Amino acid sequence: MKYVDEYRDPETARKYVEAISRTATRPWTIMEVCGGQTHAIVRFGIQDLLPDEIELVHGPGCPVCVTPLEMVDKAIEIATRDEVIFCSFGDMLRVPGSDKDLLTVRAEGGDVRIVYTPLDAVKIATDNPDKQVVFFAVGFETTAPANAMSVHMAKVRDLNNFSVLVSHVLVPPAIEAIMSSPENRVQGFLAAGHVCTVMGTHAYGPLANTYGIPIVVTGFEPIDILQGIYMCVRQLEDGRAEVENQYDRAVRDVGNPAAQALINKVFRVIPRKWRGIGMIAESGWTLSDTYAYYDAERRFGLIDTDIAEPEDCISGLVLQGLKKPSACPAFGKQCTPDHPLGATMVSGEGACAAYYRYRKEKAA
Amino acid sequence: MIEAKSFAITCPLPLFDHPRIKLAHGGGGRLMQRLINDVFMAAFDNTTLREGHDGAVLELPNGRPVITTDSYVVRPLFFPGGDIGALAVNGTVNDLAMCGARPLYLSVSFILEEGLETETLWRVVQSMRVAANAAGMEIVTGDTKVVERGHGDGIYINTTGVGVIENEIRIKPQCIRKGDVIIVSGDIGRHGMAVMGAREGLAFTTLIESDCAPLWKAVSAMLSARIDVHCLRDATRGGLCAVLNELAQAAGLQFDVVERDIPVAASVRGACEVLGLDVLQVACEGRFVAIVPKSDEEQAIEIMKAHNDAAVVIGRVTDGEAGLVTLQTAIGGRRILDMPAGELLPRIC
Repeated sequence: MKYVDEYRDPETARKYVEAISRTATRPWTIMEVCGGQTHAIVRFGIQDLLPDEIELVHGPGCPVCVTPLEMVDKAIEIATRDEVIFCSFGDMLRVPGSDKDLLTVRAEGGDVRIVYTPLDAVKIATDNPDKQVVFFAVGFETTAPANAMSVHMAKVRDLNNFSVLVSHVLVPPAIEAIMSSPENRVQGFLAAGHVCTVMGTHAYGPLANTYGIPIVVTGFEPIDILQGIYMCVRQLEDGRAEVENQYDRAVRDVGNPAAQALINKVFRVIPRKWRGIGMIAESGWTLSDTYAYYDAERRFGLIDTDIAEPEDCISGLVLQGLKKPSACPAFGKQCTPDHPLGATMVSGEGACAAYYRYRKEKAA
Repeated sequence: MIEAKSFAITCPLPLFDHPRIKLAHGGGGRLMQRLINDVFMAAFDNTTLREGHDGAVLELPNGRPVITTDSYVVRPLFFPGGDIGALAVNGTVNDLAMCGARPLYLSVSFILEEGLETETLWRVVQSMRVAANAAGMEIVTGDTKVVERGHGDGIYINTTGVGVIENEIRIKPQCIRKGDVIIVSGDIGRHGMAVMGAREGLAFTTLIESDCAPLWKAVSAMLSARIDVHCLRDATRGGLCAVLNELAQAAGLQFDVVERDIPVAASVRGACEVLGLDVLQVACEGRFVAIVPKSDEEQAIEIMKAHNDAAVVIGRVTDGEAGLVTLQTAIGGRRILDMPAGELLPRIC
């Protein structure tokens, strides 16, 4: 398949692995930020191909994993209402809230639907004028343009029965939070290619300068990731700390200005709580005042709460790259994809689920 | 795949008195009698059915009889490459075939939803007729119930199949041996993607047709050629991934498969990439895994290729860790291929 097979070629992969092995003279710890990259790393067995010097740690870039428990509970509260059709991306449905998930709400009679784009939810709202249609707008900068577009469309069409439950988070503040932690072990980053397709690369220069770390904007196919690792290792060995773009077939430095303009119109920056990590300043988006009418939290009068995570779950440490999933005492025992304690076991992009599915033999 | 054009789909005229199924069609009275006579008898007609008895008295050839049952629920009822009727016959035919049994008789139980268009039922029944004929099976007994509107998805079908094993061969996971080769009978994942595409209205899956098909002929050809088939299993829900895990666990052996050797149509692969689905977990309805000794590999492949050109060896059985399935990835890494979690949920991005 064109544009896929070229990036999964075993011979090219072997050459990059050799180049990485030749270049690395000592141990380096590199974090891939994005859950999609984590998924590819475990799906293609990339870590096993790398020399022992290179340790990959899996970052907080899975939107399903970092959506806070309180927000999942709010989604469940809204989805339970008789007048609501609740729309979501598929993998949010299995995320455990305080006492159930959205799949359970559906089994109990709630109208919970999987959509492939938020614009489908707008269509559902148009087709069901007597229902309140709510879309669960989660994700990083990648999903933001389409989510913003859905709200904008609702406003243009004067759709009064559409709203969004927003739980948007941003990558650069998360990198900053990780680098500022006294326990940080990360020496270089593979930044999330698709996030940069939208936002460009300008936010990363100051981070690379301030913290003296190389940041390589990287794609999602195995060859992308291997090349990204190679570029990162070369910078580390050279003592450089620059922003480089491995994923230049998709990412321009300026990003996508049209998408950014829409995002800036529809959203405004706020502090956000990250599941397992906690509050990070200026790390998320909510609807701007112009579009606040479409805020589901406001429409349904939901109150902010603060809920503790299950004690056995170390997903917060996993999301910060401080622990590997297999270091968790509950991993593969009390916590499995069928019975997840934390969100990192739920999503296919979550580090724990990825480890469980693809690397079971390495469990502690 | 069942050719929709190979039979007349026009409903017999009297049924237009009742263009939709009513509760009375399952009530045991005159309306039900007409439904049986004008739809089911008209389509499935055979000597046993004509006797109008409460059950079917079967004549079985020599051999070991096999019975299997399955219920079919699918939305939408019609999808590219098949429909619930073809599925309900082929699914049960295939369960018999996987035991090495020649399919002979079928019972059919319908649960119909009040308000179902009679024409829809007629099309499904005709599709079942064609599929049963293709498999050489007779539909010899059945039942119909009608549930209130809103209590069903149009049509649910249960079929029970009876077949007979006409030789002494033992086909079961416990017969799998170290060194055996693992063969898949064709490209995987078509059915799941065709149904998902039709259900969700996904434009990029419109070219994908279900692989829904009977498998007995391919199995029969292998048995006739005296291939020492150790185990067979059709890949349905959970896809190839579930089959490999089930068999490795039941056999207490390790399976090693090679990702690059697993045949997947480009359209199916593309759709799975877009949706973030693992094609190895996507359902098939006309594909099976055959596990045979290495010595029979060439002959088995030759026979299977005559039925589907994509049939290929994808891996082998080792005595590593009991129940483990490993996958050599496209770029040469290796990973565990674990049992699917359940419902396939498209990823966010």
